Amino acid sequence: MPFIPHTKEDIAEMLASIGASTIEELFDEIPKDLISGELTGVPPGLSEMEISRLMMERANADGLFQNFIGAGAYEHHIPAAVWQITTRGEFYSSYTPYQAEASQGTLQLLYEYQTMMASLTGMDVSNASMYDGATALAEAALMAVRSHKSSRRILIPKTVHPVYRKVVRAIVSNQKIDVVELPFCEESGQVLPESLDEFYKEDFAALVIPQPNFFGVLEQVDELTDWAHSKNALAIGVVNPTALALLTPPGEWGSKGADIAVGEGQPLGIPLSSGGPYFGFMACKTNLLRQIPGRIIGRTHDLDNKPGFVLTLQAREQHIRRSKATSNICTNQGLMVTAATIYMALLGPEGLRRVAAQSHANTLNLVEKLEKINGVKRTFSGPIFHEAALTLPTSAKEVLLKLKEKGVLAGLNLQEYYPDIGNTLLVCATETKTAADLQNYADLLAESLS
Amino acid sequence: MLIFEHSRPGRVNYSQSPLTAASTSNIPKNLQRKTPPLLPEVSEMDTVRHYTRLSQKNFSIDTEFYPLGSCTMKYNPRACNSLAMLPQFTARHPLAPENTGQGYLACMYELQEILKEVTGMAGVSLTPMAGAQGELIGVMMIRAYHESRGDYARNEIIVPDAAHGTNPATAVMCGFKVVEIATDKEGNVDMAALEAAVSPKTAGLMLTNPSTLGVFEKNVSEMSRMVHQAGGLLYYDGANLNAVLGKVKPGDMGFDVIHINLHKTFSTPHGGGGPGSAPVGVAERLLPFIPVPIVAHENGTYRWITEKEKPQSIGRLSAHMGNAGVLLRAYIYVRLLGMEGMHRVAEFATLNANYLMAELRKAGFEIAYPTRRASHEFIVTLRDIKDKTGVTAMNLAKRLLDKGYHAPTTYFPMLVPECLLIEPAETESKETLDAFVVAMKEILTEIQEQPDMVKGAPHEMPLRKLDDVKAARELDLSWKPKS
Repeated sequence: MPFIPHTKEDIAEMLASIGASTIEELFDEIPKDLISGELTGVPPGLSEMEISRLMMERANADGLFQNFIGAGAYEHHIPAAVWQITTRGEFYSSYTPYQAEASQGTLQLLYEYQTMMASLTGMDVSNASMYDGATALAEAALMAVRSHKSSRRILIPKTVHPVYRKVVRAIVSNQKIDVVELPFCEESGQVLPESLDEFYKEDFAALVIPQPNFFGVLEQVDELTDWAHSKNALAIGVVNPTALALLTPPGEWGSKGADIAVGEGQPLGIPLSSGGPYFGFMACKTNLLRQIPGRIIGRTHDLDNKPGFVLTLQAREQHIRRSKATSNICTNQGLMVTAATIYMALLGPEGLRRVAAQSHANTLNLVEKLEKINGVKRTFSGPIFHEAALTLPTSAKEVLLKLKEKGVLAGLNLQEYYPDIGNTLLVCATETKTAADLQNYADLLAESLS
Repeated sequence: MLIFEHSRPGRVNYSQSPLTAASTSNIPKNLQRKTPPLLPEVSEMDTVRHYTRLSQKNFSIDTEFYPLGSCTMKYNPRACNSLAMLPQFTARHPLAPENTGQGYLACMYELQEILKEVTGMAGVSLTPMAGAQGELIGVMMIRAYHESRGDYARNEIIVPDAAHGTNPATAVMCGFKVVEIATDKEGNVDMAALEAAVSPKTAGLMLTNPSTLGVFEKNVSEMSRMVHQAGGLLYYDGANLNAVLGKVKPGDMGFDVIHINLHKTFSTPHGGGGPGSAPVGVAERLLPFIPVPIVAHENGTYRWITEKEKPQSIGRLSAHMGNAGVLLRAYIYVRLLGMEGMHRVAEFATLNANYLMAELRKAGFEIAYPTRRASHEFIVTLRDIKDKTGVTAMNLAKRLLDKGYHAPTTYFPMLVPECLLIEPAETESKETLDAFVVAMKEILTEIQEQPDMVKGAPHEMPLRKLDDVKAARELDLSWKPKS
């Protein structure tokens, strides 16, 4: 029996102690008509050798590609130590650190993570993670509405990840919160701060500001933040954590800084893995601390005055507050945060900066090569970080199919998300790509268009 | 010592980042960061040592018995991790074309089908990323169902007082009012209270069965009839599915929507608090509302079903399809168990719980619901002990840490005073349970002979009792360099 250690003798002795004659008898409080028969839809069990064979066959069927897709999930080098340590049983198989004295490893790591994340985003405090970037943004919107009190509107530019906008809408509409989408400049690919006043018809609780935005373009974050504040609303930054090694952190945007920073933590040492598990990060200014959802770790001391760590401010959370909690979130993405913390420690400020700079340079380099191909041009004029939209002379869908046959995933067909945008490809070349990889892509694209 | 205290300015791990610093002159100056972030500057070896040492300060399933009630801390097979981390799986971009992920999608499709079979539901969506998100999605579907029928008056969700805190918090997050109902002396939902609570305003009832009190709701069929007759729907919180896996299908109990905590019943790792994964299952009438994406299998190929084919879907609740890698681990686990193994889960989880309950009762502990069978967990109450000695459930929990056992869940459910919710899980051997009973007996003796020592526990851990009050009053949530 897989993973069940009981011998026949064990079973007999245990039943004798209970005073039952069969295991069946232990289910005698369940009405007979509810007991189900055989699970015929479940295949017979496999040994570890057999399942290994099956999974390797399936993995090989999927194959390995040169990947130039970004769009919210980014391929970066992950140091070997990250997952070797993260999958140590003591991290992998422990639970939420409710018993602080038996969980100092996880708790101290999370405190270190909070420190790193608060500094990376320029905020005062970080929580210990949300599910992913999209739900972190939805929770930030709920936070803003709770703190604003009078308005139940959130402004989100269409330059924010399209799926994030869907997730936000799905979650906040339950609480009768309006999501108003703002257009972007078709020339620069940015939200134009000077155009915003025409959308200001009534109060709103927050403006969401992506940096970089879904097109890889950098927004004019200072002006956008100040505009939101001038309307008595909060500014929520949705940011890429790798980019923050180079870019002004949300906490320093405009004259007062954004109020909440959220984003997808995946670029910090988490493999792409078909979309998860990743983790969402969330950090805010001190004045919003009581509104932040999720777990927070604090440093304190024990009876002998030795420093130690505990879960704190739990009165915000569902297991204490029940229906009055700031959110229903319980389980977060602890193990992913473990990996991200080790990743950030191994990279350090200079390493992360180099990863960001090289990704930026590789994408610029790739774009330059591709723009030399007849009919290919940058879609937007705004400055970029490590991703760019390219207008093609032919259908992006067909180009993607052709390059895939040559082992290259050439990017994302933007038309799937922006139907009016024309033949447009969103491409990303992180630090993982060599000069030869970039040239290979350019050659293949030229060939496919000729 | 914190990682930051190992840091020295100018120390760089050159093997882990690009060899040269590329130019950033194309990024406008006003958008560039002025001061570097406070990340530590430590060598690779010191980083490895630091985090390896930190890991050693944790209790975990791999190192200790972890009888944490309602959390199902069963063995996490190593193969589930190593196979889910095959390079082709970890390297696959979520937006890569479907035909580059047929192997992965096959696993997801089969997992959907297996979960349908074991729960007796008509459809399953794998997207929810944790139990609480599964609940949110489930309650959103209940709302969508009523609204699709033009039934806007239903603004109440009924929740038993023994429920997890996530239940009422979820209902509120979905814009519902919570109606809490009481529990009777035997640990069942009070049927008179339920009868009084159901009304034309009832959108649904959220129920955990077996309940968090460790007993099976015998009247579940009658509850289902009452709620359905009032026009409401029935939500199954799958937190305790491990107690009935392979024995009872939630669909047969009359539930319309359920979530399944894969990080409990299907053995995916708890990871120090996540990631979880909580697929939702629905009955026929809720199929149109199920969240996307879902995997379809047609003519030998697998593909995504999106909102285009599911126009009434409540939509997307994650950027991609939930915690894909967790789902892969659960898939590997169910294939290892197979049909027979699946039946064994509830049987041996129940055997272990009832055995441990019997042995602890013999050792002199008071069982909260002594006339009932334990499900996969049960409650010990220290109310008399506390009255006589002042020793609390938390004191005993901390003393267990000294003896090398993770503590059971304490002070939940809140309606049993000084409670310990104990769940041994099916993967523990009789010897482990026996040794735990010995430790519990020792503590009982200590409580009688030296109660103050027990109150001061833990004594053998690297740290003694931590000051939660100071942590909340003098907030220190991130390290600041000495200036």
